[in-house]
Amino acid sequence: MERFVHESILSQQDHKILEQCIKNHQHMPGALLPLLHAVQDSLGYIPEEAYPNIASALSLSVAEVHGVVTFYHHFRTHQPGRHILQVCRAESCQAMGSEVLEAHIINKLGIEFHETTPDGAITLEPIYCLGNCACSPSVMINEEVYGRVDSKKIDQLISDLKSAS
Amino acid sequence: MSIKIFVPIDSTALSLGAHEVAALISKEAQARKLDIQIIRNSSRGLFWLETLVEVETPQGRIGFGPINPSDVKSLFDADFINGGKHPLALGVVADIDWLKKQERLTFARMGITEPTNIDQYTAHDGFQGLKNALNLKPEAIVETVTASGLRGRGGAAFPTGIKWKTVLDTKATQKYIVCNADEGDSGTYSDRMIMEGDPFVLIEGMIIAGFAVGATQGYIYLRSEYPHALKTLNEAIHQATKAGYLGEDILKSGKVFHLEVRRAAGAYICGEETSLLESLEGKRGLVRFKPPLPAIEGLFGKPTVVNNVISLATIPIILAKGAKYYQDFGMGKSRGTLPIQLAGNLKRTGLVEKAFGITLRELLYDFGGGSLSGKPIKAVQVGGPLGAYLPESQFDTPLDYEKFSEIWAVLGHGGIVAFDETVNMAKMARYAFDFCAIESCGKCTPCRIGSTRGVEVIDHIMQGHDTKKHVALIRDLSDTMLNGSLCALGGMTPFPVLSALNHFPKDFGVDAK
Repeated sequence: MERFVHESILSQQDHKILEQCIKNHQHMPGALLPLLHAVQDSLGYIPEEAYPNIASALSLSVAEVHGVVTFYHHFRTHQPGRHILQVCRAESCQAMGSEVLEAHIINKLGIEFHETTPDGAITLEPIYCLGNCACSPSVMINEEVYGRVDSKKIDQLISDLKSAS
Repeated sequence: MSIKIFVPIDSTALSLGAHEVAALISKEAQARKLDIQIIRNSSRGLFWLETLVEVETPQGRIGFGPINPSDVKSLFDADFINGGKHPLALGVVADIDWLKKQERLTFARMGITEPTNIDQYTAHDGFQGLKNALNLKPEAIVETVTASGLRGRGGAAFPTGIKWKTVLDTKATQKYIVCNADEGDSGTYSDRMIMEGDPFVLIEGMIIAGFAVGATQGYIYLRSEYPHALKTLNEAIHQATKAGYLGEDILKSGKVFHLEVRRAAGAYICGEETSLLESLEGKRGLVRFKPPLPAIEGLFGKPTVVNNVISLATIPIILAKGAKYYQDFGMGKSRGTLPIQLAGNLKRTGLVEKAFGITLRELLYDFGGGSLSGKPIKAVQVGGPLGAYLPESQFDTPLDYEKFSEIWAVLGHGGIVAFDETVNMAKMARYAFDFCAIESCGKCTPCRIGSTRGVEVIDHIMQGHDTKKHVALIRDLSDTMLNGSLCALGGMTPFPVLSALNHFPKDFGVDAK
């Protein structure tokens, strides 16, 4: 348990949000996923510091909470950048040149998948299918899908994100 | 009276700028003092024409597409709202050959109505099936579904009526209807279209399923990659509850059905029904051993119907028009229609709902128009990442569960991804193993370890190391995965791998078998 008694990185406000999420969800049947979604939606990620409270509210062990958080690709355990850029790597996008696009993005941002640009603007993530396969290749930025993305279009989108901050 | 202009709100249309097109149309009309009303309809599924703008006229709805934001001004300059000529004019949309040649049963309202407008849904034959079901005994509903010949559209193609019968016959204090909306297969988007475009048809199907088996609670397990579908479904559930279709006393019948959307969290394996149930229970999505079947011991240990979005969304028309009406479409043991999704490297991508029996060639060339790149189509993958790759010599295969099975392929969820001649099939086989490794739940060894070893062996083949030995090893490994995996993820990864190897041996540096 030692890892959970380090100095808190969560603010008082974060703790309040966390407690509210727990209160709103703990009595649902199969509450853990809806609760984790609520936490990530509010804080941007699921801090390890939150595991003990979540575990105790749902009568689970901390290990069980950790197991669930890390099983699902959607859940993050670290604060992401201000914007999240997800690039589809599935077959339909591959058939339309997503590998070239992917390489272009990695080169342009200077980071690999699961990393955040040093200015904290963009976190890059892989994703496997956005259901936009009729207009491949696709990316998703902050939950909005963009289709038929080429290097020119992505350059524009990235520059918009950087200036929006 | 103001002129009605339709701009789709489907997320593929949005991905091409539909919001911007709608805003510009509104702005331009205001500047020109034109009296228009913008309606955000669902998409017709003619995605190569998105954004497809339609204008209501006495002759029917006239289409213009594909409209980019930069085209909007020219539309007005051409007086498009009064039938003016424009290079992107398509005529009456319902008469476009691509749409006219289809048999839209499940997708009957697609592109026509506003997704969350319950009055429009009702006006376009919505809730007819539910009203018929209210006058039927559970056994009679199940019998109708069985007689329709409907098979699970998620991919496994198990007869829906038989699954329902098992749940109906199992006594329990609580039963559940679970909608599998974890549409993770690349090349598929029909579930997304239904949930974003005609959510009430799914809701209606789930209520009928509840009546049929005696379940009072439903869950839609929705993938987290579909944020628009989440909003639309929640709004539609709210509308349906308000109108008395959901809740404690449905249409004053005394019957009860509650419905809730639950978000998945990006694990492909949770499309497997037992893994999905684990996830709904708040656990890691580890696949369960079967038996017990979910129909007997499913969600929270109770009898549970787990059906795909399309299966459930097809129930209303079967109950509205009768089993025979639906059964009359199709071939062999594949009855009814299949919403086919054309994807990847094709000119005219989109949703084609046709009776079973249409050939791949008709879909790829008559509907799809051949490759977008203009290069010959080398291979198509049918049925998602676990589906086989088919070469040109198999393009005359009719879409039918059994015919596909005969050539060691699957229809799956009806997604078709086309690749042109630039594709390297050894690389696609490697991707299949890699995807399996990323998405494996880790419970069984063939899938957990086999997928990683598969990537390594294909790397050797691609580098030309002792190719013959490594090809033999791939076949041996595939045999283990096929026969030893707990579920379809490990058990079907050999489909794309071996079909690539068998049909395109040159890409692996080996002679034809």
